[in-house]
Amino acid sequence: MEVLVCIKRVPDTGGKVTLTADRRAIDARNLEFAISPHEECAVEEAIRLTEAHGGQVTVLSLGPAETAEQLREAIAKGAHQGILLESNSDDWDSQTTSQAILSAIRDKKFDLLLFGNEAADAGQYQVGPRVATLLKAPCATGIKALRIQDGKAIAKRQEGNDWAVFELPLPAVITVKEGINKPRHPSLRGIMAAKRAPIARIPLEKPAPSMAHKALKLPQESQGQLTMLGEGKAAVPALVDALKALGVL
Amino acid sequence: MQLVYIELKAGKPTEGSLSALCAARQLAGPIHALTLGPIEAASLAPYGVEKVWVVDDERLRPFAPTAAAKAVHQAIQRLAPRWVVAPSSPEANEVLARAAALGGWGFASACTQLAVDGDALNLTRVTWGGSLFQEAQLKGTPALISVDLAAFSPQPSAAPGATTLENLSVTLSDGDFVDQLKAVEKGEKQGVSLADAKVVVGGGRGVGSEEGFNMLVELAGLLNAAVGGSRVVTNNGWRPHSDQIGQTGAQIAPDVYIACGISGAIQHMVGCKNSKNIIAINKDPDAPIFQRANYGVVGDLHEIIPALMDEVKKLKGK
Ligand SMILES: Cc1cc2nc3c(=O)[nH]c(=O)nc-3n(C[C@H](O)[C@H](O)[C@H](O)COP(=O)(O)OP(=O)(O)OC[C@H]3O[C@@H](n4cnc5c(N)ncnc54)[C@H](O)[C@@H]3O)c2cc1C
Ligand SMILES: Nc1ncnc2c1ncn2[C@@H]1O[C@H](COP(=O)(O)O)[C@@H](O)[C@H]1O
Repeated sequence: MEVLVCIKRVPDTGGKVTLTADRRAIDARNLEFAISPHEECAVEEAIRLTEAHGGQVTVLSLGPAETAEQLREAIAKGAHQGILLESNSDDWDSQTTSQAILSAIRDKKFDLLLFGNEAADAGQYQVGPRVATLLKAPCATGIKALRIQDGKAIAKRQEGNDWAVFELPLPAVITVKEGINKPRHPSLRGIMAAKRAPIARIPLEKPAPSMAHKALKLPQESQGQLTMLGEGKAAVPALVDALKALGVL
Repeated sequence: MQLVYIELKAGKPTEGSLSALCAARQLAGPIHALTLGPIEAASLAPYGVEKVWVVDDERLRPFAPTAAAKAVHQAIQRLAPRWVVAPSSPEANEVLARAAALGGWGFASACTQLAVDGDALNLTRVTWGGSLFQEAQLKGTPALISVDLAAFSPQPSAAPGATTLENLSVTLSDGDFVDQLKAVEKGEKQGVSLADAKVVVGGGRGVGSEEGFNMLVELAGLLNAAVGGSRVVTNNGWRPHSDQIGQTGAQIAPDVYIACGISGAIQHMVGCKNSKNIIAINKDPDAPIFQRANYGVVGDLHEIIPALMDEVKKLKGK
């Protein structure tokens, strides 16, 4: 079975986020980048499905040239090839992103198209369902359990303690959530092989989005009133007192 | 005119739908509502709704995203609203995203602020799971938005007028129900969930191993608490993903969150920012978590937690 996974490159920020001077982006000069978490699980799910059912995993990402790193990371784990829709613009909204993805895959045939439920940064909850609609394919979102049986995708979404079950004929679009699996680490052999793996680069024109990005804004932080209780074991009596005062003990 | 997409639960508008109605009042023009199922006008009347358009096709229940999106798309084409406003819930976002794709329209989800600016809408929306906001401008007619439930609380309108109901028929084929909800499997009722727990003991990389968590589980037992962890912990398989707190895990809101060996990355903190009190135990005095904590202990959790448990056991006479 042929599986497409659409992944997004995002900065791996730590405890403090700094914005660029024009506030358009996170200042990522000292940051590493990663595959957005839900999509990391989508890649894992795709690899497991092709391990079980045969076929190939294609990973696709729209982003700057450096996004090849994330495509190679997915290939190192077991994906077979990558497509990079190359653009330095930060003006891609969900609508233009889904249209660009559609143009890139229009002539290809996939049985399953996997997305994250939402991208870690933009978090629009849209690109998967939009691509499904443009393809006239069935779609299920927020999926945390997936199997393929008799040419159908059986997909489950967690709702409190219960599971909503969808049964989609292939080809289908599924958006997944972290927790559907535990992504593997790439093997050394995988990492070496990924360096030579084929990545098709398709340059894109600047988009004309309906939603124009202006700036990012940090939330108002209510600075915590920190009371230091001490160091090491010596702090335990003060910690116990604090737990009593808070009604825990 | 603005069209507000009302989600129904057991025939009643969801809380988020009422928030969407309140957000819509910040935009110009009369407010109409759209429901994919029967509703009583009285349930929307206090919110200043002029007219409720009801698509009453039984096949639309249970949830059938392709069909629902086609119904909403047809309603928007027919009624030609300037804005379409919905709650930013998983199902409403899915339906609107798909209706927007059918119409070739823009759609901004999870908005927290809205301001009409001539032909466009200036908006602020949630990104990075709530640890950052985006300012953007949405153009085109109609423009679709969904609103963050926390940002708009449902307030009745000061001067609501009369609310009328009108049926709206849509054309749906059997094929449109291809991805309809098939079944709901009842899960086991769990104990206290992370989301509802009054006290949470959380562990991060500093806990060191799966075995290291035995200690935290024991402490949680003594304090009647739930156990949680950072993404490092679930990625390493020390705890199941259902224990993860943060942007791609659970949101917690306990009275007390005891964070052990957790650095305080923004994606973790966004999941525990509603904790009334945070107690941080970390060997690094400069760890970012101390900037968000109410109480701090600097030191090795492998010494502190056992000593704490000894004291707690003494207190409880065990
Ligand atoms: C898009 C995205 C989404 C994410 N979603 C989530 C999410 O949902 N939840 C989440 O938690 N993370 C999430 N992350 C990851 C996040 O950025 C951090 O990497 C992660 O939270 C760090 O986990 P940690 O604090 O356990 O580990 P670290 O950052 O490595 O911190 C370990 C801490 O333990 C302390 N320590 C070490 N040993 C000891 C000891 N013996 N005693 C006391 N203290 C000790 C250290 O001083 C350090 O501060 C996400 C990241 C991205 C990019
Ligand atoms: N630039 C991109 N490149 C590849 N896939 C993307 C991109 N942006 C979004 N996606 C995919 O679409 C999903 C939903 O994105 P969003 O609608 O922005 O929340 C993500 O989880 C990815 O799977």
